[in-house]
Amino acid sequence: MNISYSPEEEKFRALVRAFLAEAMPKLGKTSRREFESKDDYLAWHRLLYKQGWVAPHWPVQYGGTGWNVTQRYIFNEESARVDAPALLPFGLAMVAPVIYTYGNEEQKKKFLPGILSGDDWWCQGYSEPGAGSDLASLKTKAMRDGDHYIVNGQKTWTTLAQFADWIFCLVRTDPAAKQQEGITFLLIDMKTPGITVKPIIVLDGAHEVNEVFFDNVKVPVENRVGEENKGWTYAKFLLVNERSGIAGVARSKKAIERLKEIGRAEMLDGKPLIDTDEFARKIAETEIDLAALEYTELRTLAQESKGQMAGPESSILKIKGTEIQQRITELTVEAIGYYAYPYDRFFGDNEYAPGPDYAVGQAGRYFNMRKVSIFGGSNEIQRGIIAKAVLGL
Amino acid sequence: MDFSFTEEQTLLRNSVSKYLADNYKFENFKKISRTEPGWSTSNWKQFAELGLLAAPLPETYGGLGGGPVDTMIVMEEFGRALVVEPYVSTVVVGGGFFTHGGTEAQKEEWLAKVGAGETVIAFAFAEGQGRFNFADLTTTAKKSGANYVLNGAKAVVLGAPWADALIVTARTSGGQRDAKGVSVFIVDKKSKGIVTRDYPTIDGLHASEVTFENVEVPAANLIGTADDGLRLIEHVTDEAIAAHSSEAVGAMKVLLDATVEYSKTRKQFGVPIGKFQVLQHRMVDMFMNSEQSASITLMVTLKLGESETERKKAASAAKVQIGKAGRFIGQAAVQIHGGMGMTDELNVGHYFKRLTMLDTLYGNVDHHLKRYAELG
Repeated sequence: MNISYSPEEEKFRALVRAFLAEAMPKLGKTSRREFESKDDYLAWHRLLYKQGWVAPHWPVQYGGTGWNVTQRYIFNEESARVDAPALLPFGLAMVAPVIYTYGNEEQKKKFLPGILSGDDWWCQGYSEPGAGSDLASLKTKAMRDGDHYIVNGQKTWTTLAQFADWIFCLVRTDPAAKQQEGITFLLIDMKTPGITVKPIIVLDGAHEVNEVFFDNVKVPVENRVGEENKGWTYAKFLLVNERSGIAGVARSKKAIERLKEIGRAEMLDGKPLIDTDEFARKIAETEIDLAALEYTELRTLAQESKGQMAGPESSILKIKGTEIQQRITELTVEAIGYYAYPYDRFFGDNEYAPGPDYAVGQAGRYFNMRKVSIFGGSNEIQRGIIAKAVLGL
Repeated sequence: MDFSFTEEQTLLRNSVSKYLADNYKFENFKKISRTEPGWSTSNWKQFAELGLLAAPLPETYGGLGGGPVDTMIVMEEFGRALVVEPYVSTVVVGGGFFTHGGTEAQKEEWLAKVGAGETVIAFAFAEGQGRFNFADLTTTAKKSGANYVLNGAKAVVLGAPWADALIVTARTSGGQRDAKGVSVFIVDKKSKGIVTRDYPTIDGLHASEVTFENVEVPAANLIGTADDGLRLIEHVTDEAIAAHSSEAVGAMKVLLDATVEYSKTRKQFGVPIGKFQVLQHRMVDMFMNSEQSASITLMVTLKLGESETERKKAASAAKVQIGKAGRFIGQAAVQIHGGMGMTDELNVGHYFKRLTMLDTLYGNVDHHLKRYAELG
């Protein structure tokens, strides 16, 4: 038993670091909070694509890198260490694996290259107003009509649909069947007549999510992935598939570093805030929580790299990872004192924002991050899954 | 021991609550907050006419003599409605400085104006380096003939965009953080040498960064004794803390009621989500936090008139309770509302933001735990 990386793995890490050192300076904006245009979001994707590293987990034949689990982990860790923007998961990590696992050859040829290059922007049509935690109760209908499905309904919380070219949708094709057994997985062109996208503004002012309405939208049958009414299987596969990185350990380490910098800059009676007992202890507690999570993730990794199934401890990655992310934002708001007040979205690029640079947008970020305990399967649902599937309760 | 409200106090609550129910629904709050100038002068006039601005002020100077309990009543209703108009800074802080530290002439001039709604006062005390220490000041006031000359900068002055007068804390002597040497002034915002940069705050209010460059302030505008302002500041801000505690309680009650109601109607897996025990217990915890906050608000309100130590301990206790409870209730309300809780459209997020910022105002939980512990 040992915790060190092999010489080959360290060589790989050096290779990744060299690439990042060369590529990162080519980015203008790096923080997602700064992104405005589609190009801002796609900049990093395009740089990685040029390098051939945009889809490490894909099979090599479709554009993957052939890296093993440990190398993928190293790549994510090093990317987080330099604050490389996180890639959007919807195309690369969610729909693409479904297509190359369950799709036919035409679909793989038609869709995978665009996902890989970033030319096709994908969004996820899962949640509905009446189907949040209870996703299987979704109601958006797809009626077969010759060589098309006619889709009617509404999706919600659709991340960045305003930029999307395609949407992958779970739709109900058999209302008479048991809920999970009447769902079909469709790929829908966002330019199809009958689709309307409406922004949903969240509590920090960001436009990240949307409602997507389908009014008699014609979808060719060849855009159905796999078999009709088998969509729930593919949906579950999609959720299980994107395991790497959900704990967000490397990014949280970076966030704690930034918090410490703030703690060194903020003064309390002439002393850096970070030198006060209360604040130092709170940071230490969070760091320790994160260290434990890091090793939980490594345990999962170790098993996966041996070709084994991840153990039950991997179920806690989402819960603990998101709670730590949120805790760091809480501490950041505490650290910046009164300069939590100014509303950063009021300050455009050229406008003056009061207070120190490190304070700008931190309160907004705290409010925005309340979503991570809600989305991706709320933390209550996750605990229920562990209770049932792991503890057998 | 009697915690019941008098008939007049009940009438006061009913009149405020009715006015706000008619004129300050959630959509009104949003519109007022997001349309220049970010507050409603017509509401302010109505507050004056309803006697709200005069309610807590001493009768001798045109007030209605209702004291901190009247403030508590008004502020809970204001908290329920997310009212943005600068009641605390004008009536409680402005009124408080003159009531506890003003000369006869100042009391006669200012308390009547406050009660009549003829002035809006903002409190300029915070500074970039000062964090929550009122005595940590780089803004200076140097005596020069019949005036003081102010130089310095104040941070996040809430309500300053709407104010005609600023109450400014400045150092008249001593080292940057000495308790002795702090003075308080009332300053005309239009004075030469004052520059303000206004901006909206994340919880729906407006604030300014204010700089003072050789601002001449008449010596008659000093409030209280020169160099001895710190005790006065602590007294007045403890009263402001009591007022904001009540505001927070109003917000907490709205969030609790909204969350319970939502959980009874939102169905997933075939049942209202309020049937799930995990959420039930979470809402019970919200309820307990809300009630404890209401209790401590009563406590601090009633203890404002006691000894300095008792008053300070009560204010710090309230600040700690409100800060912790506000965070818990705000986060839980958003979480239980699911995605809806994250929207700008729903009221829940706005109450959460207001409660979060109330924790920062006048010192957060850590600051007040320390102050409380140091008081023995």
